[in-house]
Amino acid sequence: MPEQTDNPIRQAITEAIGENPVILFMKGTPDAPACGFSARTVAALQAVGAPFAAVDILPDPRIRQELTAVSSWPTIPQLFIKGELVGGADIVGEMYETGELAAALGVEAPADAPADAPADANPAFAPLSIENRLG
Amino acid sequence: MPTPDEIRERIERAIPGAEAVVDGPDGVHFSAVVTSGAFAGRPLLEQHRMVMDVFAGELGGAIHALSVKTKTS
Repeated sequence: MPEQTDNPIRQAITEAIGENPVILFMKGTPDAPACGFSARTVAALQAVGAPFAAVDILPDPRIRQELTAVSSWPTIPQLFIKGELVGGADIVGEMYETGELAAALGVEAPADAPADAPADANPAFAPLSIENRLG
Repeated sequence: MPTPDEIRERIERAIPGAEAVVDGPDGVHFSAVVTSGAFAGRPLLEQHRMVMDVFAGELGGAIHALSVKTKTS
């Protein structure tokens, strides 16, 4: 059990990172990303075909503040795989193109996946779960 | 409002041997391609962190977004 702290938002964030093997902190939701960088990151994950949890950081500014305190990463989105920060939109896009993203996620990229990182999310592709106890 | 040239200078000053090409037509969204031997052997996350750290506290503020691509040569 994680230690009880007097910072429930930070604790919820670290628990969500620990409990979900793939978790994306983003602006908006996978169905309705509120920022182009978040949209690109969702699209790359969907193209690889890996299920992921997603947290919308927009409902409360403290989510972003605490997330950055946990990760020491200044911008959104932030992708975590197996509890480790992987990076933001640029890193995820680059890893998608090199095949490292599929490898890190332990999946084989579908044969019809585009070689370049896709620009937009496919709203028809639902994520495994929306983990949003933080809003 | 920072200019692409200021962003370039700050990156090149902070990272040893770095050459940066910076674009930022609207003055708040920038993209930087940074080449430096200092990136060699470092994980991608750390390479990007070296560039982001130059603008700690400004990202999301005066610099709305900084897209980064790192190269070693």
